[in-house]
Amino acid sequence: MIAELPAGLILVAAGLALPLLPRAARSPVAAAAPLLAFAQLLWIGPGYVLEKDAFGFTLQLVRTDRLSLAFGYIFTIAAFLNAIYAWRVREGIEPPAALVYAGTALAAVFAGDFLTLFIYWELSAVASALIVWAGGSARAYGAGMRYMAVQLGSGMLLAAGAALRYAEAGSLAFEHVGLGSPGGALLFLAFGIKCAFPLLHNWLQDAYPEASATGTVVLSAFTTKLSIYALARGFAGTEMLIWIGAAMTAFPIFYAVIENDLRRVLAYSLNNQLGFMVVGIGLGTDMGLNGAVAHAFAHILYKALLFMSMGAVLLRAGTVKGTELGGLYKSMPLTAGLCMVGAASISAFPLFSAFVSKSMVLVSAAEQGYTFIWLVLVFASAGVFHHSGIKVPFFAFFAHDSGIRCKEAPAHMLVAMALTALLCVGIGVFPGALYAILPMPVDYVPYTASHVLAQLQLLVFSGLAFSWLKRRGIYPPEMRSVNLDADWFYRRLGLRMARALAALLQRLFDAGREASRQLGEAGAALLERLHGSEGVLARTWSTGGMALWAAILLAAYLLLYYADKVDRGFIFLLILPFLIGALGLWADSRRRDDD
Amino acid sequence: MSQDEGRYWLDRPENVAKLYRGLWIVGVLLVLADLVVHRHAEAGFDGGFGFYGVYGFVACVALVLAAKLLRRAVMRPEDYYDR
Repeated sequence: MIAELPAGLILVAAGLALPLLPRAARSPVAAAAPLLAFAQLLWIGPGYVLEKDAFGFTLQLVRTDRLSLAFGYIFTIAAFLNAIYAWRVREGIEPPAALVYAGTALAAVFAGDFLTLFIYWELSAVASALIVWAGGSARAYGAGMRYMAVQLGSGMLLAAGAALRYAEAGSLAFEHVGLGSPGGALLFLAFGIKCAFPLLHNWLQDAYPEASATGTVVLSAFTTKLSIYALARGFAGTEMLIWIGAAMTAFPIFYAVIENDLRRVLAYSLNNQLGFMVVGIGLGTDMGLNGAVAHAFAHILYKALLFMSMGAVLLRAGTVKGTELGGLYKSMPLTAGLCMVGAASISAFPLFSAFVSKSMVLVSAAEQGYTFIWLVLVFASAGVFHHSGIKVPFFAFFAHDSGIRCKEAPAHMLVAMALTALLCVGIGVFPGALYAILPMPVDYVPYTASHVLAQLQLLVFSGLAFSWLKRRGIYPPEMRSVNLDADWFYRRLGLRMARALAALLQRLFDAGREASRQLGEAGAALLERLHGSEGVLARTWSTGGMALWAAILLAAYLLLYYADKVDRGFIFLLILPFLIGALGLWADSRRRDDD
Repeated sequence: MSQDEGRYWLDRPENVAKLYRGLWIVGVLLVLADLVVHRHAEAGFDGGFGFYGVYGFVACVALVLAAKLLRRAVMRPEDYYDR
């Protein structure tokens, strides 16, 4: 029966039911649901299809193959580890949102058509925005709004791209797309936003560090890896991805070096690690694709471990700012040790996970003749050790003693970190288990004397560079600051332009209102002059006035009558009394008006 | 910080210096291992003696110096976006 359910709906159902359960049952359910989903994936295996007619289409709600299953396994494992890590978080929106988010991301991975993908794509965006907001601060609110806008924008592009694709290909099936058509280009952009391509990346560094200690761990796993999956499915072998990926590996590490918020440092290094996967997808070779998928798998674990250790620091010390931390290994030795396992894993030390995954991408790039790309990737490998491997543990747990004395991380967090660390080391020591679930047959041996030696040289000398720069006082000190990145364009420039536009419109509106007011006043003044209380045309006509006009009319009549009959002097004498009377009456009427 | 001063091995600068010197020794040994272990070149020129050591060191120093320059361009007060 369970096998009939679309993958991921177990997690969604558990998430929606969570608030209705008694408090004591919530965490066990949150941990059991991912295990059940994992078992379901093992049960259905590759080649399973679940179709349903809806909206006039035949939708593939579930389509499993080796590519989607690899992501499915790691998504359920991550959801399980998150539930253990957040065992004590039982209230609020975060626990249900975390399960719904994981479930919808899982369902999106198994979507066989663009319409199904779009629905889960958007649902996971909404659920994850709730997790950002659950951070609770005013900054989390703002970052969540920006996050939501970007994610829904990606969804719009996905919908538009899918519609164009349907018009072009006559099918909604989510298979290889490529960049050859407008629909393909829109889909590429939709995936690229979620994958944090350079200049489209800042939602990640903006939002993830604003979530709660537990929320950031959840966020780090799904959204970007869903887009890695989507790129691997739709755009494998697209050469542009090689260059985009290489840029992604390189530029975030400069920011990571100068960033003070250690969870933001990890967000930059997350971005950098995605770059290796994107290069692997762009290469499109069996080795490159395997490397991308293997690295995504390993990455979800060590990145979760690093975010978990910083979450524990945030919980206990109240901050993850490099300026305020240091010497915490005295208070939190276990967390420090587990953090360093994550650091060794992301840095690709031999016997740790990235050593067996990332190297496939580098070897494939070299084999395909991309020497410059290979050099960039080696540079970024050294750099990631530098900022994630050394800087994060160093400034949190060592460096100068901040004087902070706190408790070790709570037991459930330590358990989650220990399990995650075990998986990181397990993959590094037994790579065969990971290689067995990769989409293509694996023809790669990570543990050769040459590879181990080369990697150790690279890492040890990166470490020496750090120590040397630090001891010489060249290394830039941690500083309380904000570093401008691509989000400046919408958080500052865009905002300023919107405000300037609003001010301009306001001024135009004010000017228009002033002009019409003046025009109205002028018109009113004219009317007032003619028809107002003093108005020539609106005076009260008193009886005196009437007599005056009657006298004038009579005088005019007489004038006309005698005009050609009598002498002009006589006429004057005749009119004179009327004129005097008229004057008198006029003067009298003026006097009475003045009163 | 005061009451446990000296209780920790890492609190003493001479121990940190020992670690630092130890790391250099490890580095030198790793480079010398190039003479013994045949390194299979991935990209052609990386088979050279001590390539990864030199590249790693230079890359990281360049990274930090460039990041310091970047800081001049992009660093703003912490409440920059709140104003």
